[in-house]
Amino acid sequence: MELRAYIIRRLLLLFPVLLGVTLFIFGITMLFSPIERASLYVSGVREFSDLPEIIARFGLDRPFFMQYGTWINQVLHGNLGWSFVVGMPVWDAVWSFLPATLELAMFAAPLIVFMGIFLGTRAAAHKDKPVDHVTRILAISGWSLPTFWLGLILMMIFYGLIRGFLPPGRLSVPMDFVVHSAGFTRYTTINTIDAILNLNGPVLLDALRHLILPVITISTVNVAFIMRLMRSSMLESLGRGYVLTARAKGLSERIVVNKHARRNALIPVITVSGYVFAGLAGGAVITESIFAYKGIGWWAYQAASRLDIASILGFALFTGFLFVLVNLIVDIIYTRVDPRVRLGGTVQ
Amino acid sequence: MRDWRFTARQLAKNPLSLIGVILIAIFLVIAIFAPLIAPMPAGQTDPYMIPRDGYWAEPRPPSELHPFGTTQGQYDVFYGVIWGARTAFRVALIVISVSILIGIVLGSLAGYFGGVLDEVIMRITDIFMAFPWLILAMALVTVLGPSMKSVLIALCVVWWPSYARLIRGDILQVREEDYVEAARGLGASSARVIMRHVLPNAIYPALIMASLDIGAVVLSAAALSFLGLGAPEGYADWGQLTQFAQNWIIGPMNDPLKYWYAVTIPGLFIFFFVLGWNLLGDAFRDIFDPRLARR
Repeated sequence: MELRAYIIRRLLLLFPVLLGVTLFIFGITMLFSPIERASLYVSGVREFSDLPEIIARFGLDRPFFMQYGTWINQVLHGNLGWSFVVGMPVWDAVWSFLPATLELAMFAAPLIVFMGIFLGTRAAAHKDKPVDHVTRILAISGWSLPTFWLGLILMMIFYGLIRGFLPPGRLSVPMDFVVHSAGFTRYTTINTIDAILNLNGPVLLDALRHLILPVITISTVNVAFIMRLMRSSMLESLGRGYVLTARAKGLSERIVVNKHARRNALIPVITVSGYVFAGLAGGAVITESIFAYKGIGWWAYQAASRLDIASILGFALFTGFLFVLVNLIVDIIYTRVDPRVRLGGTVQ
Repeated sequence: MRDWRFTARQLAKNPLSLIGVILIAIFLVIAIFAPLIAPMPAGQTDPYMIPRDGYWAEPRPPSELHPFGTTQGQYDVFYGVIWGARTAFRVALIVISVSILIGIVLGSLAGYFGGVLDEVIMRITDIFMAFPWLILAMALVTVLGPSMKSVLIALCVVWWPSYARLIRGDILQVREEDYVEAARGLGASSARVIMRHVLPNAIYPALIMASLDIGAVVLSAAALSFLGLGAPEGYADWGQLTQFAQNWIIGPMNDPLKYWYAVTIPGLFIFFFVLGWNLLGDAFRDIFDPRLARR
């Protein structure tokens, strides 16, 4: 199938997924009475007398599908609503929090994927040797660590014990001042990239210092996961006929492992890496909350715990979009790694 | 029966899985004998509520009265982690049995009948899986009102789709077997074929996977509690105890690790509990790998 037609067909899949996700979230919020939903818009007891007017104005007492229809209509006209937890339109909120999350993902994703693939390959190539046992224990332990607790312990050591070494947040106060000053152009609002573009060393250093702990926290579980997957995939690959052939041809073990076996073992790892990246870009709720790192996940947490319906729906659209997009990219990468896979079809 | 004996023999051969079994056994003992290990103070009615020793915010270090110290609000850490083991098992058992039940019903309908029904059920699971589970669970708990019951409901809602998919896959394989064909040929009803012939042969891997999900469920419940969306304040729950310590990770200038007990102990309980199940799970995966020949 032609690539363009395939991409278009897959993007059309977006609509049922987005419709389903939002319909579901919308349905949940409808469990609240109109009065409860209206009271989310008032700021004090004195404004309670306005509730009937708010209900009437926004049609909060109308039937479920009419309200949902109104929302869809608004979204199609580019209006995602107002995110009251951060006091800005939902659309602006997504764009203002996304760079922070992308910055985190930008550092964590390569670390996760390369460490996972490297360690997994080593473990499989030395099955039942010390390397395999040590990495297995590390992986199972990392996989069992509660993310939030790991974050706290890291902070206890690197912020408490070594006082102020790796602080939470995105930038320290003086550097935040520099970033917002006239002499510093914010091209992307991804601090590290902006610092490099502005040739500003101190800002870059400060941004990196704030990134280390969140990146470690978020990577630990994921490296463990990718590593185990890579190991089992690699073991399967090493047992195949073509590996035997390669060995019989007298190729060195390094080439057999790295070229013949690994290439085929990568396929399932690519899929899962795609999901991991989607998860990272969709916001790491726990990590971002612990380190007061204001990204998408932090915003979604604020929205979900304070029932900011417009924000939750906006977030749902965003993650649904991300999910479909990442799936598509993963499928396209497949065809590069495994030429037998044809888009829209099965393995020949 | 042969399956079980084979499994047990393989497990005994692997030292890591043995450690896992021991860890799980320790937690089982703690959970069962919680009333003896940490007896409920006289005058208290709900054993799951952690007794508190005053209302002072600052945690106090381990003492004779409080072997693991007290955390923020003077809740006794020792009592909390011991009864927290019961909470952990309870949450895991309820969430997993409810989700697997939903998974069995929807998974077998989708797998056995196929067609439109299959398509609809699988697209529904897609929708659930496209949305980050934690945010979905958080929104659900917020809507239902923070309580233990809400956490259980929210976790079931986010957990069942993976079982439905797993069971559907297993059923698809079994559906084409000769004995199923034979039963259908003899005129057995669909319900009877599913209940008597398909399910019993398709369910074993799903049950194993489910039992190993206990660690993951407890980890998720703890994350929700940690975010303040879960058990009421003072309920014996590891996640909540960790949340209490969140404001105390950094001590005063001259003693930065002053509150280590409040921060580390509840987390260690979560870690070892989950580790036990994951060690066992890792061994199981090796055993059930179809490429490793049996007997």
